[in-house]
Amino acid sequence: MTENNINPTGDNRLLAETHSTRKISWLERTVGPDNYRILKGLVKTPASIIGMILIAIFILIAIFAPVIAPPVGSDPFKMPRDGFVGEPKGPGSPWKKNVPDVPFWYQTLTGNEEWVHLLGTAQGQYDIFYGIVWGTRTAFKTGLIVVVATVLIGVILGSIAAYYGGGVDNLIMRITDIFMTLPYIMMALIFSSVLTPILGRSLLPPLIAMIAFGWMGYARIIRSDILSIKERDYVLAAKASGLKSGRILFKHILPNAIFPTLVLASLGIGDVVLGFAALSFLGIGTEVGYADWGQVLSFARNWITSLDKYWYIVVFPGITLTLFVMGWNLVGDAMRDVLDPRMRGKS
Amino acid sequence: MTNYIIRRLLLVPVLLIGVTLIIFGMLQLLGPVERSALYVRDFPKNEKQIEGLIKKYGLDKSFFEQYWRWLNGVVDPGSGERQGGILYGDFGYSRTASQPVVDIVKERFPNTVDLALWTIYPMLSVGIWLGVKAAVNQNKFVDQAARVYSIIGTSFPTFVFGLLILMLLYAKAGWFMPGKMSDWVSKLVFSGELKQYTHLLSIDALLNLRFDVFWDAMRHMIMPIITLSYINWATFVRVTRSSMLETLRQDYVVTARAKGLKENDVINRHARPNAMLPIVTMAGSSIVGLLGGVVITETVFNYPGIGKASADAAANLDVVTILGLAIFTGTILILSNLIVDIIYAFIDPRVRLA
Repeated sequence: MTENNINPTGDNRLLAETHSTRKISWLERTVGPDNYRILKGLVKTPASIIGMILIAIFILIAIFAPVIAPPVGSDPFKMPRDGFVGEPKGPGSPWKKNVPDVPFWYQTLTGNEEWVHLLGTAQGQYDIFYGIVWGTRTAFKTGLIVVVATVLIGVILGSIAAYYGGGVDNLIMRITDIFMTLPYIMMALIFSSVLTPILGRSLLPPLIAMIAFGWMGYARIIRSDILSIKERDYVLAAKASGLKSGRILFKHILPNAIFPTLVLASLGIGDVVLGFAALSFLGIGTEVGYADWGQVLSFARNWITSLDKYWYIVVFPGITLTLFVMGWNLVGDAMRDVLDPRMRGKS
Repeated sequence: MTNYIIRRLLLVPVLLIGVTLIIFGMLQLLGPVERSALYVRDFPKNEKQIEGLIKKYGLDKSFFEQYWRWLNGVVDPGSGERQGGILYGDFGYSRTASQPVVDIVKERFPNTVDLALWTIYPMLSVGIWLGVKAAVNQNKFVDQAARVYSIIGTSFPTFVFGLLILMLLYAKAGWFMPGKMSDWVSKLVFSGELKQYTHLLSIDALLNLRFDVFWDAMRHMIMPIITLSYINWATFVRVTRSSMLETLRQDYVVTARAKGLKENDVINRHARPNAMLPIVTMAGSSIVGLLGGVVITETVFNYPGIGKASADAAANLDVVTILGLAIFTGTILILSNLIVDIIYAFIDPRVRLA
């Protein structure tokens, strides 16, 4: 300790110049030191970097879907069909009927003028390549919608439970327990099959069902985070200055508690997409021919006895779905280490 | 201990009422006309009759009144006969399967139990063994391999893995097959030549000393067993590894090493038993999960269990059947969770004292 540490003039610029040993980046100043540490964890290990790269590739595929696989007709999410023959056709077989524009990258790479079924066709001559490319958009769409909605419900219920405590807390958490009793995929399956007669076959029934049974984890996390922040001095100060409890909760507590939940939630997209694919694999959700990975995979169910011959209807969409989920899991794994309270202060 | 068990038992009716309320609430999303169409078997001829049916079955009454009638059924004042009533085991009539939902449960649930029974051992033993190996050799090759595996394992969708297994072991190699039993076995079962003591095919085959039947049952179950084990191993490796690492850092492990015990004894007798607590919880919930019907695995391998029945009913939009099966599954899960929790309280005193 030197005398320089005491700065009675209040000139903070001087203090910062003499005592800061490292530069504080713009990002760190904006999100705060704790949250900055979490963000840094995203790019710390090789595994999480591979995960980030995988996610980035899928984002690019989703953005450039119309260029990578040009659509036919007005609805790009309808997979184009090359005729109606039941038997799948192998990778590289020429496209005969209903041919879409040849994508320019294919022409420049191979010099071919004729567009082929790059990854083969599934039952009913649906183009697998097209299904995979446009299925990426479906994946992000469903993932984002479900994650945003479940986080919203979870945060509202969890913060009300934590802030008010007592009977309210007990009631909300018991309801959460009840919702967690039944297995997620089974409840989503049941609820979407009840919703389908009301809403028709579309993305909506599985989305609503997954939202209805997907919010419980977030409610629990945000509740425990708020319980620890509730006791901080600035909350006491806000209470002492006579603010309404709603304002304290949403303006003072939530912004400080929500960041870990948001990070975990954004990584939940992988699980949501997995669940959605499982539902459409089981035949729930979108109408036949909609570009989504589970749907493409479900075509394989009718060809089980000859899967060795038609391997491409399982392998290509299967690898795509696995890589997508793996990307989010790799990043999520690194995040879990950073967010684990026992690991705090060790990095 | 008694206190804990009583508190835990009191939670059971709350959970049961909650689950039935959720399921009944879903049913209520449909209008009275649609609901009359779901349950009433005689075909109405005109609108008046539909209204009559809605009146007769009280479909326009308040939510809780209908909920009570749904649970308790309705006693016909004339004949004294009870109609419906979940509490009395009437889950409705399945149109797609042309039989009462209760019969579906009776037929399918033993198959689910059969599969669960043979999955438990490989699932637990290999997963825990690999996790301990990884922790003991932290940051060495085994550990890195186990960690990579556990990430790939959790990312591999069950149905993709199942389809690949089918492709290799059934379509290509022809060693194992989907379904439950071969034709000749089903003839044996239906003719009564194979006495059914337990209704679990593999166990009955052993009790009848028919090893050819047992081998046939196994050939049908091995692919789902591999799939379920593979999917669960990933989580077991992860949990065992981190729990074991935590334990190896404890003072008593240092003491054990300091007093000159062999490394094998330190790990097998001092560290591992203490690292098992979180794994017991995991094992409990995994086994409960297996009993609750493994919808996707059973569907991929066409295995006629509760999960496959639910998936079929859902795909055919057979609301009565799927809700009936959901109530059955929910009850099974709540009761087996109760058993797991009580066993856990016996093992870990911290739970029952909390």
